Parts: sequence; C-alpha cells; structure tokens
Amino acid sequence: MSDYDPKQVALLDQTALDEAVAAAEKAFTGAADLEGLQALKPQHLGDRSPVSLARREIGALPPAAKADAGKRVNIARAAIQAAYDAALVTQEAERERRVLLEETVDVTLPTARRPQGARHPLTTLMERIGNLFIGMGFEVAEGPEVELEWFNFDALNIAADHPARSMMDTFWTTAPGLVLRTHTSPVQARTMLTRKPPIYIVVPGRVYRTDELDATHTPVFHQVEGLVVDKGITMAHLKGTLDHFARSMFGDEAQTRLRPSYFPFTEPSAEVDLWFPQAKGGPRWIEWGGCGMVNPRVLTACGIDPDVYSGFAFGMGIERTLMFRNDATDMRDMVEGDVRFSRAFGMEG
Amino acid sequence: MKVSVAWLREYVDLPELSALELERALVKVGLEVEGISDLGSTVEGPLVVGRVESFEPVPKVKKPIRYCQVDVGEAHGGVRGIICGAQNFDPGDLVVVALPGAVLPGGFEIAARKTYGQISNGMICSGRELGVSDDHAGIIVLEPGTAEPGTEARPLVGLDEVLIELAITPDRGYCFSARGIARELSHSLGLPFRDPALSVEPTPGTPEPAYPVAVVDPLGCDRFAARVVRGIDPSARAPEWMRKRLAVAGVRSINLAVDITNYLMMELGQPMHAFDLNLIRGPLVVRRANAGEKLTTLDGVARTLDPEDMVICDDTGPISLAAVMGGETSEVQPSTVDILFEAAHWDPVMVARTARRHKLPSEASKRWERGVDRELCLVGLEKAVRLLVQYGGGTPGTELLDFDTRPTRRQVQLDAALPSRVAGVDYSRERVTELLQEIGADVVADGDRLTVTPPTWRPDLTDPADLVEEVIRLDGYDKVPSVLPIAPPGNGWTATQRRRTSVGRALAEAGFVEVLTYPFVGESALDALGIPADDPRRAQVRLANPISEEEPALRTTLLPPLLGALRRNLGRGHRDVALYEIGPVFHPGNGATPPALGVDRRPTDEELALAQAVVPAQPWHVAAVLAGDAEPAGWWGAGRPVSWADAVDAARLVVETAGAEPVVRAGTNPPWHPGRCAEIVVGGKVIGHAGELHPAVCAALDLPPRTCATELVLDDVPLPGIVVTPTVSSYPPALIDVALVVDAATPAAEVQRALTDGAGELLEAVRLFDVYTGAQVGQGRKSLAYKLTFRAGDRTLTVDEAVAARDAAVTVARERLGAALRGA
Repeated sequence: MSDYDPKQVALLDQTALDEAVAAAEKAFTGAADLEGLQALKPQHLGDRSPVSLARREIGALPPAAKADAGKRVNIARAAIQAAYDAALVTQEAERERRVLLEETVDVTLPTARRPQGARHPLTTLMERIGNLFIGMGFEVAEGPEVELEWFNFDALNIAADHPARSMMDTFWTTAPGLVLRTHTSPVQARTMLTRKPPIYIVVPGRVYRTDELDATHTPVFHQVEGLVVDKGITMAHLKGTLDHFARSMFGDEAQTRLRPSYFPFTEPSAEVDLWFPQAKGGPRWIEWGGCGMVNPRVLTACGIDPDVYSGFAFGMGIERTLMFRNDATDMRDMVEGDVRFSRAFGMEG
Repeated sequence: MKVSVAWLREYVDLPELSALELERALVKVGLEVEGISDLGSTVEGPLVVGRVESFEPVPKVKKPIRYCQVDVGEAHGGVRGIICGAQNFDPGDLVVVALPGAVLPGGFEIAARKTYGQISNGMICSGRELGVSDDHAGIIVLEPGTAEPGTEARPLVGLDEVLIELAITPDRGYCFSARGIARELSHSLGLPFRDPALSVEPTPGTPEPAYPVAVVDPLGCDRFAARVVRGIDPSARAPEWMRKRLAVAGVRSINLAVDITNYLMMELGQPMHAFDLNLIRGPLVVRRANAGEKLTTLDGVARTLDPEDMVICDDTGPISLAAVMGGETSEVQPSTVDILFEAAHWDPVMVARTARRHKLPSEASKRWERGVDRELCLVGLEKAVRLLVQYGGGTPGTELLDFDTRPTRRQVQLDAALPSRVAGVDYSRERVTELLQEIGADVVADGDRLTVTPPTWRPDLTDPADLVEEVIRLDGYDKVPSVLPIAPPGNGWTATQRRRTSVGRALAEAGFVEVLTYPFVGESALDALGIPADDPRRAQVRLANPISEEEPALRTTLLPPLLGALRRNLGRGHRDVALYEIGPVFHPGNGATPPALGVDRRPTDEELALAQAVVPAQPWHVAAVLAGDAEPAGWWGAGRPVSWADAVDAARLVVETAGAEPVVRAGTNPPWHPGRCAEIVVGGKVIGHAGELHPAVCAALDLPPRTCATELVLDDVPLPGIVVTPTVSSYPPALIDVALVVDAATPAAEVQRALTDGAGELLEAVRLFDVYTGAQVGQGRKSLAYKLTFRAGDRTLTVDEAVAARDAAVTVARERLGAALRGA
C-alpha cells in the first residue's frame, strides 16, 4: 500500500470516518421522538452525509487503495445504519407505547346495553329433570291440560264417588266430562293406551287445583310424573330410580325414604321423603312426592295385561322442589312474573 | 284425626316414647303425622287451681270487667286480686289461674300489672288461652270439689296429654278411630292389641223390635240396629274424661246422649245417632228420599232431598239425612228423658254422593264414605246404652232391633309369591301368611294359593295388590332395596319439545324474561284488547267453578295474562320490560258428551277416538311484550325506545329459531295498531301478528304508549326437514348498490322479494341499508337503497355478469312495482 496517500483524500481518513460514526450514533440516540429521528437520517446516511461523500472519493483512488478504503467506508456506513435501526426500534416502541396510553379508556364503564333476559326457573328445572331421565333412556311425554274426566280419574282407579276425587279440588269446565287436569297422571293412561310396553316416560307439566294463591299454595302448578311399565319391574326399581333422581338433583349424599301411603292408581303406594343434606337449617327429611307400583286395575283399563307386565309411577311438585332446592320461600314469586325473580336464575336455573 | 296418647294406651301398652319415636312408629305403617304436641310443655310456669272468693265490677268501663279476689292456696300467697273479663263464674267457683311468671301458648307472659286501676296478680284462663280447646266464651270453671286451691292445674284441664294429629288417607277409614290408630301402633311396635270392640258382650237382637222400623232399601242400609233407654236424667252431663277426649278431637260437648254417640264414633269408628224417642211420630221407615222432599238438618239448613239420598222417616216425613246429619225435629233436647239409639251400616257410595250433593262433609260422612266396620253396630249400641245408664241413669229397653242383611265376607285369592314379585324382596309363604294374619285377616293356604278373608274393618282390601301392600308395609318399606331399572334406548326430546326450548332460550338470550302466568281470563280482558264479538278468540273454554268470577274462562290468547304481568312489573318500578311466555291456549271442543268409558277393559279405539274428539284443541303459542327502552340510555348516548320493529324482530327470531322462514306483511288484527301490525306468514299460513299495540288498548290496560307485542301459534310453524348443506363459495363477491324509487305505500318486503326473484342464482344476499323520503324523490314516493351481493360457486364473477344480474333484478322490481332506478 505504498502508493496510498491519505492526505489527498481527507474524507477517507479513518479518523474522519470514526467521527462520522460517533456523531451519527450520538445524534440518533439523542433523537427526541420518531419524527426527530427520521429527520436526522439524511444528515448521517443521505447523499450529502460524510460516509456517502467518502464513498464517492473511492473511485479516484489508486486501484491498490480502493479495496481498503471501500471496506472501511462500508464498515462505517453499516455502523451508522445499525445505529439508526436500533434507534428506530426504540422510537417506534416508544411511539406505540404512547399511542396505546393515549387510547386508554375506563373499562369499568357499564357495558350492558342489551337487557338481561332469563328463562323461568320452573322451566329450566323441568328441562333439567327431563334431561336426567332422557339420559337414563326415558322419553318425555305430554298430554292436554283440559282433560277428559275419564283420563284424569276413572282410568286411574278413581271412581266417581271415591273420596280421593273430592280431595283433588278439581276445576270443572262447563262442557260435560272435561276437567282441568289435577295431576300429570292422566298422561300415564294416555301413554299406556297408545304405546306398548316397555314404557319408560317422564311427564313434566302444568296442573290445576282450586286452591287460592298464597305463599305455599297456587291453583296452577307443575308436576313431574314418572312411569315405567315393563316385565319384572319391582318396587326395588322404583326405589333405585328415585335414589338416582334425588342424587342428581340434590347431590351425592341425597337419598330417599318410602313411607306407606295411599293413591288410587298405585298399590302399594308410598310417600317419597328426601334426605336433603344442603337443606337450610341443617340436613333433614323433606316430603318430596308420591309413588307406588301401578295398580293392576289401571293396567287393565289401559289394555296392558297385569299378569305379564308390572310398573311403577312417581310424581313430584316442581314448585315444591324449587322451594327447597333453591330456597324459594314464596309461591307467589313464581306466578307473578316479576323480572327480578327469573333473572336471578338466568338461563339454566 | 286428633287423639291423645293416653287414650291409645287403653288399647296398646305403649312404652315411654319421645315425640320423634312416636312419629316414626306411626309413619312406618303409613299414618301421616300432621303434628304431635305435648300439652304438658305448652304452658310454662305456675298454673294452679284458684277459688273465686268474691268479685266486684270495675266501675266506669263500658265492658263488664270484674275485679276478683281469688284464693290460689297458701303456697302461692293465698288470696290475690285478679282482673277478669269473663262473666260465666260465681263466687265459690274453682277456676284455673296462671300466676305471674307463667307463659301461655304463643309466648304470652303473665306478670302482675296494673289494669283498670287495680293490680291484676295473674290471669284466670279460658280453654283457648291454654290451648286445650277452642272455647273462649268464658273461663274454665272446674267441677265443684275437683281440687283444693293451689293444686297443679295441668292434669285437670288436659295439659298433661300428648296429642297426635293424623291425616288419614282414603283407604284407612278405620283409622278415624282410637281403635284403628291403636291397632296400627300395635303393628308398628309389635305389641299386643286390646280391641275395644271386644270389651263388651253385645246384646243380640230380640224378636220384638226396640221400636218399629222398616228398612225398605237394604242396598242403601244393610244393617240397622236400635235400642231404647228410658228415664234418663236430662241434666246429666258427660263425664269430664269423655268431654276432654271429645275436646281433643275437636268435638263440642252437646249433651250426654249425643256426646256418647260422638265418643263412640271416635273410639270405634262407628257413627251412631240418638233420637228423642218422644219426638218421633209413628214407626220409622228407612228409604230413599222422594224427589223434592224437605228436611231441616241439625245445622239449621232446610234441604231439598234427592231420590238417591237415604232418609230415616217417621209419620211426619224425613227426620234424618241418613249417615250424614240428623234432623231438627227429633233432636235430643235439654228436657229429653227417653232416648232411641240407632247404629246402622250405610252404603259408602250413597253417603259420599249425599254428602257432596248437600255440601255436608260431616264427621260421620267422612267415615262412611271410607268404609266402616260392619260388625260394630251391636257393639256400639251396647256401649252407648251402658254409658248412658252409667252417667245418665235410666233403664235400657229389653228389646233390641237388629235388621241385618249383610252380605257374606269377601275373599281374595293371593299367590303367595306375588308380594315378592312386586317388592323385589323375598318373602316366604309363611311370612306372607303371618303378616296377613297380623292385620286380622283369615288365611287358608293351599300350597302357594292363599285364600284371604280380610278383616271386617278393612273394606279397602279388595284386590291381591291391596294385600301385597299390607305385606310389604308390615315387613317394612325400608327393606326394599334400591335397584336401577335398565330402560331400552330412547329417542330424547321430541322435535316439538326441542323447539320450545330453543325458542325460549333464543328469546331469553335476546333480553326477554320468561313468565308463567295463570291461563284464567274474563270477558273484560278481551274487551280491553278490542277483540270483536265474532273473533274466534271470544270462543272460550269456561270453568264451572273458577277461582274468581271475574276470570271464568281459559285464555285463547297469551296476551291478557302476559300484559298483566307487564303491568305488574311496571307498577313495581321497572321501566324497561320485555317478557315472553310459551304455553297452550284453549279453544272449546265440540261440546259433545264424551262416551262413557269403562275401566274393566281397554276402551276400543273407536271409543277413544270419540272421547278424544271432545277434548278442546290446546295449541302452544308464544308471545312477547315490550315496553320502555329496548336499549337503555348510557354514557354511549341516548336510549332506543321499543318499537314495532322489536316486536317483528322477536317474531322473526321465533320463526327462524323454529327452523322456518317468516314472511312479514302488513296486517290488521286487534289488539295491534292498524298501521303498525305485521302479519307473520309461514308456508302461506298466517301464524300470528307483531307490532305496536293500539293506543286505545294501551290506554285501557294502563300500559305505556307504544307498548309492543308479538303472538304466534308456535304449533303452526312446520317442523323443519333435514337441512341441505349449502355450497360455500371461496370466490370473491361482487357488491353492487342499487337505489329504487317506489310509491311510498309499497312494502319494502315486496321490493326485496322482486329483487331477489329477478336477480337469479348469482344473488347471495340483499340488504336494505337506507330508506329516504323527501323532495329529491317527490311527494308520495320513497327511495329504498339495497346492497346486492353476487357470487358464483365456481368462478370469479365479471363486472358484466354482476351488472346483468342487477339489471335483471331491477327489471322485475320495475315490472311488478313500478320501481325506478334512482338518478336514472
């Protein structure tokens, strides 16, 4: 490199290059913001910047010096570019940070523009019960609320003068032979008349009795009925079904107890008591519903041979179940339709 | 049925039992316990016998009040002053005094306090105040010589008793007696039972009757026994113990003879009747009433009799409504000296009908209709005569009438293995026999074939299943194991059921709250909705015995009760309310009398079809109502009041959730605003309406102006078929906007339908994004701006293709509706 003459080209002087790099680095890191940084770029990397001017001089160098000078200029330029890129990343991050900060809102402002809807807890409770029994292979059956007297009473072994009939406090229509069903049990008869065993059904539905509305009575209420007719059905199957029902609704510790009782359409008959561990005021037995083995007379009236088939049936009040399961204390809340009542239960109850 | 434990102990040696143990024992055999009360613990503190020494009226008060000097015994401080408002006592009478420190039922604390200007140092008690009877006509006056002043008073007024109150099921008529309850307790606890019906040897019937009686209808009365007691002391009262037991059972003491019949009814379950012998004119006849015959019963009501009623008559006509209530004319009087006791056995069905017909459920009728032991007539008569002679003097007649046409006792054939098959528990033949014998049945075994003669007090045991229940019950329901049955695979919810759930859920998610209203409505509700007289909704199913005469029919539309719930919510201060209900409405049936169907076999399909034809149609509707703001005002800006569009949108939501495509067109139907009522059509059928309520309806129902409503016949929406998967094109869409000017009265839906029909296959979507009326389009015209989205499944559309499709759409709109391209 004997013919190299740095005096001839001051711009290619290594010190000058180092100074240009140092000046650029200093300028870039000192930029106030992204715009400031971008404004500095031409001065250090533009056509009139020291490294660009130095590059221009390379062509005039003797061939032997060109490579060395070019290499040094490139290194300097790369250093300046790197300093710029680093500063750019910093400034862009800073810019983004500031923009996001400026966009901050109060996320605790109320957002509910759509009114809150709800299903009625009696509806969701009946659906829950239906789902439970469907899971066991049952189907959900229905029947009319204005019902033939024959289905509501006679077919269920409640003859015209049976005391049980007057105990039901029946709504009669002015049309002959029609009542508002006093229980969901007529659907038992309807089902047995139209389907052949095996029959495994539950019947959630609305029923009527002539009670005045008060905290614990309502003339319009809901029941769920269960009916199984098959070969070899025993009271043990009834107990097993009720136990499963109870555990599903009230937790694994729930159990049932059968107490002898009387219903015309079942024989033997029993009241179902529920051991409810979560009961308010401590675990206790609660009267839950009625049940029994389908009276052979009912099977006969519905065309099913009682010597071949046997069955069980049970029935529970939905309102009553809601009352102790969800600690609902006033029946009137369930019928008045105040939105606060249903909203508390939401969509699933 | 209320009975004291002390009474039951006469027939079964009960051990000392806590209330809980007692309840368990009763429940185990199927007696439903309404309550067990230990009267000994209902009054706290000192309750003693006092003797009224003297009293003086408190001056200057309107009510007669006495200031009494009462001796309550040396131990309690001797004579003290007590204020008393009752008038039914005299100096020297023994009374019951609650001393300061006592607490009466209901938490009423007794303390010395100044009343009417005097210090009242205790309280003289009535039966009701002590909780031993409902008597509040005066204070309790004890029999002279009962006890010395200062004596503990509780045992004297029955406050040492433990009372059981039971709800008796219809099959257990015999438990309307101390005899029956004691028998069941003996079964439950495995203790011997002393049958009070066997405690006397009844006098048999004599050839000469006690009184001439002709029973002309032995179907209504298969046994009639009677005996006379002459010359009783008319002033004799029933003994204290008997009156106490009656009071416990809630039966008022009347006079000795009547108290005895009531007491024996409570003891044995056999209702009886006491006549004043001297008020009967001529021989008695037991027969059906003649149509239109009259009888004034003991309750003072003059009744017109039915030819099905059984009556006991003398020469004057009916003197007793048999088995239900006696008549006034032969009633035992304060002066009565000669008594004719009657103990009969009546047809349960006859009694049930008579009691219901005359709305006269009596203590006697409720026993008869549930069945009374037919062996008890002579026992009851014997006991009645003995008690009357013992406490009232007099001489029993030697003759005893016993008209007896009882049928032979019924037998039931029972397969000894049946109880095991029903319960899922193994009972041996011996165990079955033993348990049936325990309830009093006679059992004759021929291998596994048991011939069972149920006891006479169990007329409910008629079928093998009844005997099965007895076996399982006595062995214990708690022995029945818990086994899950295995059901065959099911099909889940039906499509109709799933749809109701989906629709309800969709509405709830859209902000509506479900309510379950009563379906009872009255004419005035339909009047308020402006529903015309000839509207099908006026044809209602009517109730013979409605809860309220104002609402005697069943709803034909969900709106009246639903709007009632809306108003209630608004009245409670809710401003923005959206409610829905899904449920049946009721349309009258054909009004025909359904065929009489038997129960001894399955009715034929023809019979069932005839019967079913009578059942009213009960289609499920869905309705929604809205008032206030659909979206509330908030920091984002103003609120959006509910409008007809929200109601139509609810209808659309329902139909689309149900899987159908609604067509919306203008309609008119009360109670909607005639210009803001949409008719919702599915499959060419109008299934309901939606929109704003008529202003007059809002006014009549006191609802806010512009309340909106939707009601659809959910059952009229056809169930959807299986969905055919659409082709999802991945090619880009071509979007073209088009503004059409049409007559202002032209429904937008028709314009859209024309565009859709004209655009052809390539049209993917059409959306109305602007409606403009004003000078630019001219008077009576409007501009509708649509965004059309075209897309092909197999290629990217060219501009020419899209424009051609748009032109085709506009052409149909022009041809059908005279639509002009805006600006063209």
